[in-house]
Amino acid sequence: MSKFNKNSNGYIFGYAILLTLVCGTLLAFVSEGLKEKQKAAVLLEKQQFILKAGMGAEALEGMTGPEITELYNKVVKVDIVNSKGDKLDVNEAKLSILKEYKKTNSAERSLPVYIVGKKDNPSEVESYVLPTYGNGLWDNVWAYVAIDGDLETVEGVVFDHKGETPGLGARITDSEVQKRFEGKKIAYESNGIDAPDFQKGEVGSATYAGDPQKVDGLSGATITAVGVNDMLDTYLTLYKPYLTSKKN
Amino acid sequence: MSNEIKKSEPLLSKKRKQLVSNPMDTDNPITIQVLGICSALAVTIALEGTVIMALAVLFVLVLANVIISALRNTIPNRIRIIVQLVVVASLVAIVDQVLRAFAYEQSKALSVFVGLIITNCIVMGRLEAFALGNKVWDSFLDGVGNSIGYGWIIIAIAFFRELFGAGKLFGIEVLGDWYVNNGFFATPAAACIILGIIIWILRARSGYIED
Repeated sequence: MSKFNKNSNGYIFGYAILLTLVCGTLLAFVSEGLKEKQKAAVLLEKQQFILKAGMGAEALEGMTGPEITELYNKVVKVDIVNSKGDKLDVNEAKLSILKEYKKTNSAERSLPVYIVGKKDNPSEVESYVLPTYGNGLWDNVWAYVAIDGDLETVEGVVFDHKGETPGLGARITDSEVQKRFEGKKIAYESNGIDAPDFQKGEVGSATYAGDPQKVDGLSGATITAVGVNDMLDTYLTLYKPYLTSKKN
Repeated sequence: MSNEIKKSEPLLSKKRKQLVSNPMDTDNPITIQVLGICSALAVTIALEGTVIMALAVLFVLVLANVIISALRNTIPNRIRIIVQLVVVASLVAIVDQVLRAFAYEQSKALSVFVGLIITNCIVMGRLEAFALGNKVWDSFLDGVGNSIGYGWIIIAIAFFRELFGAGKLFGIEVLGDWYVNNGFFATPAAACIILGIIIWILRARSGYIED
């Protein structure tokens, strides 16, 4: 080492370039090597969310990743429609709900519908799971909303978010909060669909037990709750033609 | 310090044992040096994620210490901070990628805080203060000591936050239905208070006074 002048520009440049090359190559290999695993993890989470919404969290309890995928492949079928209810020929695996959400003209969005069949008889419909996307307080929120075979009752919801406040808005991922939607009803109106809404304030679910359109709210997370309300109304309205066609 | 340790020194001499044990107690990076606070407040909402965070810091700090120590005689002084940063950033990127592949749910919960290990003052502090001037094995021990010193504090905070905030430990219900979750413990403010109490206890015990 002593024959190099460690403070010469040449040495510093050489050192920096060499270090960058070594680290860059290493990271490239790690990233490439783990890519498939990462994709699989994201896919598994999606399948988990869809089944959890469509069948209830209890149905998945104690199941391992491969078992969930197996169940998903057995019971879930996909329809992809547009906001007029026409079926589209789009590859579901390549569809990103976020990318579709970013299309400002909602008529251009491809909307997947996950038809979840019954566990013991997959050809009989248990629920329709509809992915939705919207804005919370800090960043995007999204949900999988499962509508029962009667096309009115909410079978279950799974919420997720990118950056809501822990302990406040982030509570939408709590199963206790998501359970508040179970059994509520969506209303078909002339200008769209009215989904059950989080109310202002948190007073206990029992208060709204008799009202199929109202859900106990989130204390301290009003903006997140309003964002979720808007997301559900806007997105379910896009699905209205599809749901109506299933009804008849 | 490197000159004091002679070649014949046993692998786990008294001084070397102290390299590991001191940062856990009398020279703890969090309670004495008050470094790495941001992640201690942010990721301690539940035990599982906190343990993963502690392991991630252990991996990054130990390897960064070893690598920087091994390179210490070749690193040009004028760009030493950048060299440290590149090494740390690469290690953190690897941890982040591995978590995404094998513990996706937890990597989502930890979100940016895995990436922020890069700016964790403990890591940079140990590299700058220790690894640059000490042998590889000593730096390894120093890294182990400091990351465990960091780890046990954040795990202690997470224990109280998850217990009182959600009535759970490692996601398993322990307090039963009678317990009403205290939402305050789910916020970082609670971590700040618990951390304050831990610092108080440890400093009262060791008699440490800031000068």
